[in-house]
Amino acid sequence: MNAVNHLATSTLPGDAAPTPNSPNQRLEGPVAMPTATSSSVVPESDDGSAGMEIRKLSAWYGPRQALRDITLDVPGHQVMAIIGPSGCGKSTLIRCLNRMHEVTHGATVRGEVILDGRNMYDPSVDPVALRRIVGMVFQRPNPFPTMSIYDNVVAGLRLGGKVGRGSMDEIVERSLRRAALWDEVRDKLKEGGASLSGGQQQRLCIARALAVEPEALLMDEPCSALDPIATLRIEELIRMLRDEVTIVIVTHNMQQAARVSDRTAFMLAGEERIGELIEVGVTKEIFTNPHDERTEDYITGRFG
Amino acid sequence: MATQTISLGKRASSIERELSSIDRRRRIMDLTMRGLCSLAALLGAGALFLLVIHVVVNGVAALSIPLFTEMPAPIGTPGGGMAHAFVGSIIIVGLACLWGIPAGLLAGIYLADYQTPRLGGFVRFTADVLTGIPSIVFGIFGYILVVTRFGGFSGLAAAFTLGVITLPIVARTTEETLRLVPHELREAALALGVRRWRVVLSIVLPTARAGLITGAMLALARAAGETAPLIFTTLGNNFWNVDPTRPMAAVTLTIFQYAIWPYKNLHEQAWAASLILLLVVLLINLTVRLAARSAPSR
Amino acid sequence: MQTEIRRPVVLEPSVGSTPLVRTGAEPPPRSRRAMTAGPDRIFEIVVLSASLLISVLAILLLATIVERGSEALAQFGLGFVTGTTWNPVTKEFGVLPAIYGTVVTAVLALILAVPIGIGAAIFLAELAPRWLAQPVSFLIEMLAAIPSVIIGLWGLFVVVPVVRQVESFLGHNVGFLPIFSGPAFGIGVLSASVLLAIMVLPIITAITRDVIRVVPMSQREAMLALGATQWETIARVVLPYGRNGIVGAVILALGRALGETLAVSMIIGNTFKISPSIFSPATTLASLIATQFREADSAIYLSALMAAALVLFGITVIVNIMARLLTWRLSAFSSGS
Repeated sequence: MNAVNHLATSTLPGDAAPTPNSPNQRLEGPVAMPTATSSSVVPESDDGSAGMEIRKLSAWYGPRQALRDITLDVPGHQVMAIIGPSGCGKSTLIRCLNRMHEVTHGATVRGEVILDGRNMYDPSVDPVALRRIVGMVFQRPNPFPTMSIYDNVVAGLRLGGKVGRGSMDEIVERSLRRAALWDEVRDKLKEGGASLSGGQQQRLCIARALAVEPEALLMDEPCSALDPIATLRIEELIRMLRDEVTIVIVTHNMQQAARVSDRTAFMLAGEERIGELIEVGVTKEIFTNPHDERTEDYITGRFG
Repeated sequence: MATQTISLGKRASSIERELSSIDRRRRIMDLTMRGLCSLAALLGAGALFLLVIHVVVNGVAALSIPLFTEMPAPIGTPGGGMAHAFVGSIIIVGLACLWGIPAGLLAGIYLADYQTPRLGGFVRFTADVLTGIPSIVFGIFGYILVVTRFGGFSGLAAAFTLGVITLPIVARTTEETLRLVPHELREAALALGVRRWRVVLSIVLPTARAGLITGAMLALARAAGETAPLIFTTLGNNFWNVDPTRPMAAVTLTIFQYAIWPYKNLHEQAWAASLILLLVVLLINLTVRLAARSAPSR
Repeated sequence: MQTEIRRPVVLEPSVGSTPLVRTGAEPPPRSRRAMTAGPDRIFEIVVLSASLLISVLAILLLATIVERGSEALAQFGLGFVTGTTWNPVTKEFGVLPAIYGTVVTAVLALILAVPIGIGAAIFLAELAPRWLAQPVSFLIEMLAAIPSVIIGLWGLFVVVPVVRQVESFLGHNVGFLPIFSGPAFGIGVLSASVLLAIMVLPIITAITRDVIRVVPMSQREAMLALGATQWETIARVVLPYGRNGIVGAVILALGRALGETLAVSMIIGNTFKISPSIFSPATTLASLIATQFREADSAIYLSALMAAALVLFGITVIVNIMARLLTWRLSAFSSGS
């Protein structure tokens, strides 16, 4: 395995806009760790291509600013957890990564998200195409009630055009297996997705997102509507999927972040209630030895 | 790895290419369909626009004082007016609303505040069936029930029939409106020892006043625009008549007759009368909507 | 005083945190009725009778028309709806051509109005910014308020000439098709359908717009996040989600189109025959009744018209009940999720 990896992506030449800050000055306050050190601790991706770099990202809902100058590296083929109290902008941040933020009426973004050396907010990038590469799983399971389980899984795939019936079946099985749902639904693929339990529905949504073979998967509090057992299954699944896709998971549950993620970012809404990144680092470090006082207060439960 | 079988070629190298754009066919489809939807909305709004323009242009050209003050000239000769029709319409619609709206209001109070589930459900069902029936069927009903039994065609028969049309409409809108009045308001008054009927009349109804007036006005506009039931009940009349027990003229009926007669000056009068009718109906709808929007609807 | 006894009974349901807008009043506790004094009872009887009046009128309406139409129905039996002759002189009455005209104009109207109505609804609910959606919505809904006699007048003098142009164009180019055959009168099925389409458009647009608005945002986001375009999201997720409500709207529009009288009778030509061409004059049940009523000079003639009204009544009631069942299912569906 190559240990240098994703650092290279940030210095890639080409059409990526030059990043104004050097990696070491990226964060205000005491930065947890330079990415170089972290790579020796956590498993690294086999190729750096699926990593994301967020550069000075700010987001607004109409006149109200929700995020300010977020700069953050998401290494490829790892799980990055984003934690923080509610209202800190973590959901907004994750929605900016596949440009779902701008779907909200009046929402705007400034800054860059670099994937594979390319700024996703460049005018030449089609957000529709981007979303096929960066998939998303939402807070509440949202299977399409008018479609069967089978059709739910291939809903994204069908958009792409001609896929043969045979390979379609194959993709459905594989996606459901990857989402650890196959054994439970193999006999009722033609039934509606709404007949499943909440946890199963969420895994169906994960299968649906995986079917289009995304490079990265964004999960916006995927377990907040689920019971503890269903939550554990999803967490297991996340750990399994890490080898295949880059995962960014937003969670308000610190134990969950500690259980599933390789790296953790802590966000907090400062004055004016604008979300900012406080600290990022290897998960174990963040939870055992945070550099920022506010992070420590939060993880020890003193506020939030 | 098993998962690599199908995702071949997707990784790394092709991301760059994929990002630039999706399938061109999909992009064109998206733009086309969005364009067509916008066009559809334009067509719908445009239809009203065209209609109003035509009525206004033709109507204003033919508008004159004698239209409101004079009786029809002998057929084929120019001039004349339709004073009798305006008066007839006012009397018929007035009488219809005089019984249809209050009765509908009371029925709505029953449905919202007094109903027992089974009887209320039945009343609601029959009211819904009535609102879905073509107005010509009401005309036949008025003809059979009133005209053939009580002294022939008359303004009263028309007023009865139009009332039957407005009754279920007012009842249902009243019910919907009263249901929006917070329950606590009724309870608070009842708790003070106010009798139930007083609570309804002096607290619930005034609270829902705006909505009730809206419903009544819309019913009035609907009654004023009806034509088909009049054919079977009041028949029409070419002479001055303010006695509702005899056949009466009405604006809508007269427009209908004039339109299909081959006389140019009658066509002109039909346009002018249409303009007046359109103004009345649109003004009622307009004010009601603007009032509904500005009122704090909760 | 009675009120002291009443107080705790009434206050009971309001305890706790009730939502501000709880819709609908529950029926009063039974026990109160016994204690209700005179005026209360009288008021209750008054509102009850007003309600019963609605039901009584509905039943009376059906009963009287059945009674008056029964003579013709008894004499012609099933032949009344399958017969194609309407001859007051020989006293032979069958309304099939009118049923045909009714159904054809209504269906053709829907073919024109459904895509436009749904398209406009999509524009209003999904595409247009608020400042534009509101006035356009308003204009389209105003269309529903215009009296049909005015639409008929407009149709007769403005739409018919335009339709005549369209017809002669179609006749020249695709006149070999039976539905586009025959002379271009202007007056006829096509004109009637165009007017009907304009009249039912607001129904379809307003209901579909409301149905689309209640589709949860999460459904749209799920599809967009899979890399769907806006149109794909609308076509594959939004419309299917609201399909019951949309079908209900279409059926409601169908009911309206089937029963419309004045505007149609002014421009359909009132010709009692079945023709495959949509250019040819025809008649509808409602138009037949309206135009023949004054000429009905015999009991059986009049009875035949009443029976025709009964057929129309039957068709529209069935259609409306279907629409209502569908919208019920919709509301149960959307409140459940």
